[in-house]
Amino acid sequence: MAERILTRNFDVKDAHALRVYREGGGYQGWEKAKGMEPADIAEEVKKSNLRGLGGAGFPTGVKWGFIPKGSTAPRYLVVNADEGEPGTFKDRYLMEGDPHALIEGMLIAARAIGSHLGFIYIRGEYVQPWRILSDAVKEAYDAGLLGKNIQGTGFDFEVVVHRGAGAYICGEETGLISSLEGKKGWPKVKPPFPAVKGAFGQPTIVNNVETLACLPHIINRGGEWFAGLGTKTQGGTRLYSVSGHVVRPGLVEAPVSVTLRQIIYDHCGGIPSGRALKAVVPGGSSAAILTPDEIDIPMDVDGPKSKGSMIGSAGIIVMDETVSIPDALMVVARFYAHESCGQCTPCRESTGWIYKISHRIVEGKGRKEDLDTILDVAKRGAGTTICAFYDGAVGPYISYIEKFRSEFEDLIRRSAHA
Amino acid sequence: VADAKRPEFSAEQLAEVRRLQGLYPDKRGALLPVLHLAQDTFGYVSLEVEEYVAGLFELSPAHVHEVVTFYTLYFQQPKGRHVVAVCHNLSCHLLGAKGIIEHLTQTLGVEVGETTPDGRVTLLSVECLCACEMAPMMQVDDRYEGHLTPEKVDGILEGLR
Repeated sequence: MAERILTRNFDVKDAHALRVYREGGGYQGWEKAKGMEPADIAEEVKKSNLRGLGGAGFPTGVKWGFIPKGSTAPRYLVVNADEGEPGTFKDRYLMEGDPHALIEGMLIAARAIGSHLGFIYIRGEYVQPWRILSDAVKEAYDAGLLGKNIQGTGFDFEVVVHRGAGAYICGEETGLISSLEGKKGWPKVKPPFPAVKGAFGQPTIVNNVETLACLPHIINRGGEWFAGLGTKTQGGTRLYSVSGHVVRPGLVEAPVSVTLRQIIYDHCGGIPSGRALKAVVPGGSSAAILTPDEIDIPMDVDGPKSKGSMIGSAGIIVMDETVSIPDALMVVARFYAHESCGQCTPCRESTGWIYKISHRIVEGKGRKEDLDTILDVAKRGAGTTICAFYDGAVGPYISYIEKFRSEFEDLIRRSAHA
Repeated sequence: VADAKRPEFSAEQLAEVRRLQGLYPDKRGALLPVLHLAQDTFGYVSLEVEEYVAGLFELSPAHVHEVVTFYTLYFQQPKGRHVVAVCHNLSCHLLGAKGIIEHLTQTLGVEVGETTPDGRVTLLSVECLCACEMAPMMQVDDRYEGHLTPEKVDGILEGLR
């Protein structure tokens, strides 16, 4: 069994309490980081091969470096805790089970980028995690770990916990920024990237909860150690959220070199009731679906990409042989139709129409041209919108139909004969 | 009881509004938190509440309306004393969310999106709440309830007064 890093405190009683976190070695990463030069912290993170764990997989240390050199403007650290990718639940566990790991990670990141104000944007539905996290932030303030002149270092860092109000698009970093500014969560055109002009017009770094929770370990034990846990292009372990048709659904922490097959069969006990695997979503619903012959891949950033999919948020949804793929597509299409923010025409119109078409196929009213219509609409719109939301929707549209086309065709043919 | 048709915060609540506004580089950043506070206070976000909140931020009522209608957690009509929101996204769907929703509509005698005539429960079906490991699941007010069966749902409903 591999060493538990991110989940190490999950079974510790009252790990959300500062005292308990500290007894387990908590805030030692910060103790070390506060004496380091900011550039050295960033260098250590670059060495660690830490990739953003929210979905995009961008190297964290590189992202930090995009803040313009010599800029004297205030800069903000924003935590993306707007977990919403279907199939994902890891950040909920982190915030409930080890909230100080996030706060410590924020402190380290803030020192590295020179930020004195951080926001944690947490989805509005996460009421319990919000309470636990807010209590932890308060405890950190009371202990002098947040606020002005932290531990006499002269370093100031304030943290505001900000509740969202229900919108998947606010997990997109520029949509999140719009929402944080008190607007509807419309993504913004890039460039300028948030690191140059982000929240409230100032340089802003948006990092995912899990990404930040890795930082105390990287600083404590070194970037090389962290890099050595993973593959050539990505360091560390990560949290895989596994749901659907497995014997033991739940959170799995494993080195990113773990294969999808190992996660499904070794960690989660395989498919229940002796049924066969039919399909699996490897990285949240926006990731293209994989077939049973495509699961011998490492679950780092590169593995799913090699099969035309993506690791995304590492939300794994397993489907057994009883699942109707057209039905699954309808459910996923309903989600994207509901959550499209409506700003860009290709996304607003296509998500709505593709849901309607997929719905009528499932209802037995499909037409033989429907599949090509969906594929045509999906492919035309990809890459034409302000944010990656529509590209995410296109992943399932195309892969479900192309990989299970005969199942769709049978359903439509039967409908035509009815 | 605070009236959503004639909304007014108490002095303490107004102080809280000022505190929240002070946390952000631009006070408009506090709009979502203040709308949460308004909904908790007045029960829902009526047009009058939107106008009142707009005044606290020196924003147009249209801006606040645009925000309120964008997000799913702000109710523009009175809601039940309890809100039951069943996830209908993929993992929950695979494990029987449809049956749970049907059981709830039959038991409560309302359609999804409606409130029981006694004002006890508003029933919703919603997108992923990110608790797929306990699918099928739902949110009941502030808490998550998972591994649902019709029997478990009945027990949860009995606890809602």
